[in-house]
Amino acid sequence: MSRSHIAVAQASNPSHGQVTVALAGNPNAGKTSLFNALTGARQHVGNYPGVTVDKKEGEARLDGQPINVVDLPGTYSLTAYSLEEVVARNFVIGQRPDVVVDVVDASNLERNLYLAVQLMELGVPLVIGLNMVDVAEQRGMKIDTAKLSELLGVPVVPTVARTGQGVQELLRVAVELARQKPDWRPLDISYGADLDQAIAELAGILEGSTPRHGLIAARWLALKCLEGDHEVLESMRQDQNLTSRLEPVRQRVGEHLKSTLDDDPESVIADYRYGFISAITRQALVLEREVRMDFSDKVDRVLTNRLIGPLFLLGVLYGVYQFVFWASRAPVAWFETFFGWLGGAVEAALPEGLLRSLLVSGVIDGVGGVLGFVPLIMFMFLAIAVMEDSGYMARMAYLMDRVLRVFGLHGNSVISLIVGGGISGGCAVPAVMATRTLKDPQARLATILVVPFMNCGAKLPVYSLLISAFFAHRQADVMFALTIISWTLALLAARLLRSSLLKGRQSPFVMELPPYRTPTLKGLLIHTWERTWEYVKRAGTILLAVSLVVWALMSFPGLSEQDEARFASLAAQAQGEESQKEIANQKASAELGGTVAGRLGRALTVVTDPLGFDWRTNVALVGGLAAKEVIVSTMGTAYSLGQAAKKGVDAEPLAKRLQDSPGWTPLSAFALLVFVMIYSPCIATLVTIRRETGTWRWPLFSMVHNTLIAYLMALLVYQGGRALGLG
Amino acid sequence: MSVVTLRELKPGQTAVVVKVTTGGELGRRLRDMGLVPGTPLKVIGRAPLKDPVEIKLRGYNLTLRNNEADHIMVEVEQAS
Repeated sequence: MSRSHIAVAQASNPSHGQVTVALAGNPNAGKTSLFNALTGARQHVGNYPGVTVDKKEGEARLDGQPINVVDLPGTYSLTAYSLEEVVARNFVIGQRPDVVVDVVDASNLERNLYLAVQLMELGVPLVIGLNMVDVAEQRGMKIDTAKLSELLGVPVVPTVARTGQGVQELLRVAVELARQKPDWRPLDISYGADLDQAIAELAGILEGSTPRHGLIAARWLALKCLEGDHEVLESMRQDQNLTSRLEPVRQRVGEHLKSTLDDDPESVIADYRYGFISAITRQALVLEREVRMDFSDKVDRVLTNRLIGPLFLLGVLYGVYQFVFWASRAPVAWFETFFGWLGGAVEAALPEGLLRSLLVSGVIDGVGGVLGFVPLIMFMFLAIAVMEDSGYMARMAYLMDRVLRVFGLHGNSVISLIVGGGISGGCAVPAVMATRTLKDPQARLATILVVPFMNCGAKLPVYSLLISAFFAHRQADVMFALTIISWTLALLAARLLRSSLLKGRQSPFVMELPPYRTPTLKGLLIHTWERTWEYVKRAGTILLAVSLVVWALMSFPGLSEQDEARFASLAAQAQGEESQKEIANQKASAELGGTVAGRLGRALTVVTDPLGFDWRTNVALVGGLAAKEVIVSTMGTAYSLGQAAKKGVDAEPLAKRLQDSPGWTPLSAFALLVFVMIYSPCIATLVTIRRETGTWRWPLFSMVHNTLIAYLMALLVYQGGRALGLG
Repeated sequence: MSVVTLRELKPGQTAVVVKVTTGGELGRRLRDMGLVPGTPLKVIGRAPLKDPVEIKLRGYNLTLRNNEADHIMVEVEQAS
């Protein structure tokens, strides 16, 4: 978003007779509820060009006519500080929707009108949806809608978007206004004599010189110049001549205000805006009775209490976690059974060979890998939606911020760390997606990069294999140690990243704590569905492609004719089913050893020797890039146990085999545990990181960075342990 | 009546904003959230480690860090 859209604002809305309504409003004002009430299921999510801000569009109906509804990002203001604000403003200016509906929280009128006033200053045809009038009433507020409308000079329609009350009426008023095709009529507020004069002067200069700013009122641009708006100033700077005439005025008024009021134009303008709003609310809002402490405050007294707060937080996180895994267990098993059945069916239908292997091991296992996650991800998103919509998410950030800030993270990072497997189990994919609630871009990136250190569900089969083989008597201790190690490393890595690559001051924490609300079922379902579908769509395609690449690495080239013949003759000589199976398994192991992955595994022993990993482990780790649970099945093949260990249920023979292998000791097993915990995220996670950061740079960085740390840690464990005589 | 920073207020205390002594992103964000001179506010509480602080103003609840509260000069109205 470096180039401002302001310069190209002439491009007016290419409406084909269909009315476009844009929804603006503060976060938590009920904008999403209104959007859902208006459009129902007729909505889709896209992206604004070049940024990761969701663009939600949908279709509403009024008297059978389709109405295009665009849900702008929730913002408190129209300054150009946050990405959301830039996106919302550029949409209004650049696309010129026929009408903007500003969703205003009636129970929080003053602050919500701050955005409304800025929209009015811009001059866009505006209708105010005075939402949550029921909540306002409960809090003893009575709003004179007619008076408010008269004072603001725009239509005001009271609504309760959660129940749908007033929603159609709001749409009707908005569409009627749009059909009149009114001119943009900017509101002029007085900002005091000094600023008014400067604005007039700047507007005069702008008016005379710039035809390209045609559709935007010169006064608005002048105002933004004085507010020091980066985007507007940037677009002005392209015209040297103009800048040289504007700058002196800006400087003069700035110095004048500094000397007389000890203040800058920006804050004086904000003061006057709030003054304008107060003058209106004084007349239109009656506080019938003071509610000293409402329900939400009472709940907060308990939930953010010094002692109960953190305990409750832990309880919630643990509960979420239990719920997600409990609820997804059955559907995950259904998917597994289905893909198992499908694989079996294809296996039976096709003759042995490359095509069968491609379909079964490449396509079906690959797609199954993606879809197998879906129920888990869906329930995780449902849990996140409940926490978000109920208002508890903001409290989590409030409670955890002080601790996480030490490591350069943000209060909200805790959700991602837990979802990623902070208590063990979980998944990095939804965790990375959950970082969207983080407004600080540097802290968000740091969170994305350390989330893969957590012990996700796919690592657990590897853990249980190695733990049962080498630490059978100390299972809980080892699991606990792994959890501690992953948290310690994640936090330290975050600290390190924030003081090196992701340096930069922390952006403001200043955050609204919305009142507690009961989430609506409709809202929850829409949220969950949207995010789940997005995962299936984005991850599915790329993941399939990469699964095929990994399959190819682990399939080509096959055995030489000589070896084929050798195994054939062995099989011919062998007696009985048992030894037949044994030979088939040995053949599979030899096949794997000859493939690109196998050769890579052997080549890598140069590096992995100091960690105590042999070539079989290396191949398994390469395969683990596709998905961590592949590690167990690949080791099964490499150790000539055939595909028996594939499903992870039958890991016992493999554990036994590892115990008996001379290269394996508890120490090398522990080094491997640590390595598996930390090394490169799986493909699904990498793809998600790419999607969330908008560039391949970060997933690549994550691959290299995490593998390096994993290497160093495993080296430390193995060599350190040997030095201490543990190996 | 004394002017102090918001950090120094205790839970339950009410005050009126006198001045916001910072510009840039933080200054704008504070103003966007309604923290302008003349705004009454009340300290609701603090997080377990005494930071951030939760305040109520203009009928809603806001949280900010202590080092951000340092930039908000307030006039104390009454003790709790």
